[in-house]
Amino acid sequence: MKLLEARAISKVYGSLAALDGVDLYVRANEFHGLIGPNGSGKSTLLKCIAGAEFATSGSIVLAGQDITRATSPTRSRAGLSLKFQITAIFPELSVYDNVLLSVQAGESMAAQIFSSSRRRLDEKVMAFLERFRLDDRRDDLAGVLSHGQQQWLEIAIALAREPKVLLLDEPTAGMSPQERRATGELLAPIRSHCSLLIVEHDLDFIRDICDSLTVLDQGRVVATGSTAEVQKDERVKEAYLANV
Amino acid sequence: MGTMPLMQENSGGRQRAPAYRRVLPWIEIALLVAAIPLPWLVEDFWILFATKVLILGLLAISFDMVWGFGGIMSFGQALFFGVAGYTAALIATKLDVTSVLVLLPTAAVTGLLSALVLAIIVILGRRPTTVVFVALGTLTGSYVVERLARGWSYVGGQNGISSLPRLTIGGVEIEEGILFYFMALGILATVYVLVRLLMRSQFGLVLAGIRQQESRIAFLGYRVQNYKGVVFSLGGLIAGTAGGMYAFHEGFMGPGQLGPVLSTQVVLYALFGGVGTLIGPIIGVGLIEIMSYALSQYWETGWPIVLGLLLLALVMFRPTGIMGLLVSDRERVGSFGRPKQAADPVAGTRHEAA
Repeated sequence: MKLLEARAISKVYGSLAALDGVDLYVRANEFHGLIGPNGSGKSTLLKCIAGAEFATSGSIVLAGQDITRATSPTRSRAGLSLKFQITAIFPELSVYDNVLLSVQAGESMAAQIFSSSRRRLDEKVMAFLERFRLDDRRDDLAGVLSHGQQQWLEIAIALAREPKVLLLDEPTAGMSPQERRATGELLAPIRSHCSLLIVEHDLDFIRDICDSLTVLDQGRVVATGSTAEVQKDERVKEAYLANV
Repeated sequence: MGTMPLMQENSGGRQRAPAYRRVLPWIEIALLVAAIPLPWLVEDFWILFATKVLILGLLAISFDMVWGFGGIMSFGQALFFGVAGYTAALIATKLDVTSVLVLLPTAAVTGLLSALVLAIIVILGRRPTTVVFVALGTLTGSYVVERLARGWSYVGGQNGISSLPRLTIGGVEIEEGILFYFMALGILATVYVLVRLLMRSQFGLVLAGIRQQESRIAFLGYRVQNYKGVVFSLGGLIAGTAGGMYAFHEGFMGPGQLGPVLSTQVVLYALFGGVGTLIGPIIGVGLIEIMSYALSQYWETGWPIVLGLLLLALVMFRPTGIMGLLVSDRERVGSFGRPKQAADPVAGTRHEAA
């Protein structure tokens, strides 16, 4: 079952076509990798899907709901969550408050005004912090965490919304090999309830966790299919892998 | 003062968050304790002076809530203050209504509605608007309404509405002096506590998130404009309450209480005292008003220059204002997190909401 469908997505900036008729599908419980050389349009496609940018043409459907022109909050409420390429945590808030901010997003404004759900949500916040090995740092300001921990915190924030599809833009950038391995271990369990669309330069990481891949080059899809199939594709080797 | 250094370790040897020394509650308590006996310790002139400071303090809180917590640069606080003051003054003079239980709630609702109308124009679009757009929009609104008031004879034109009757409660007049002072102090303290609770609630956490990463928070599903609209409107309600009190304390409401000059003055009160602390802007009002008075005694015409230079120096070298000297950033932003009962005993002692 196709959970996320981006059909014929084009994005034009002035005279530059960043995306040119891109199709992309992510199935339920699937980890899908989006790879390509620098400037191939990966992040632009992710932004169009997340609502940070509007596609010039094409359509985006999430679980049967057309979200092509929807604002970011609407997409989030429809089940889409995003981790940015540049870490975008809330540095002056505690680690706990960062996750609480995400967990409580589904509560009504009245409940937030009266703080009526704070106690109820505590267990959930702590569960996320423990899962991402941040429970010891819960009272620290998020801004003082190490780079790797900040990345984990942002993934925890994105997952705390309980999305249907999680979009991750270079989650392991700047991480040590140990942190990369740990990130893979942290992501593996979400497969049971969430699909993943991941942009990543680390091909070993992509091979390890993704079921399928889409390869972009100059704003177009070069190949798409299972990870094993795409790895063997000669066009991919020419367009991308040979240049890595 | 400020933060306590270094990481602490609990009995399990894990790293714990650095505790921070809480200063704000002590300042709040000290000021309240000093304010209660004040009317019996000073001459009548200073009671009137202090009452005006309390009323303008309420106006400054409204700005701090909107800018310091909501991240909305509003040059429209005087608009809500003035429109509410004018409305209450008109009701009192045209309809002979003097009950404080009618006039102050009317002023508050007028402030709320004025802010809501302006919010619909400058904040509540499909996408969040920029700080500059809102600043210019509110400044324009304030300017336009002042010009309207100056040219509209029904509201007294350039002269405004003067000779207002005294407020009454149960047939008793609330004279300017001790009675009015305590009414203003009671309202200010009540509003202060309510705003503090709101800013430390889960709603306040969203506002803190908006201030730090406005673009990020929309991706969590928050409609940023709605939160800003609510804060802006509540700011209007508080400014309106202040406007209603001001009109009857001064016995007068004029176009000067509607326009950009007072709006800018409120910004200066907050910057001087320290935005995002609630108590800072009230201290800012007190210090600026006292300095203005003192300087004007020595240099009748040139005192605004001295005051202006002082304010400029503070804003340039201490953007966090007077309170920035006493309150750490950690305390200013505060914590919203774990309910006390849910936290373990060790964390619970240190992790209270600021």
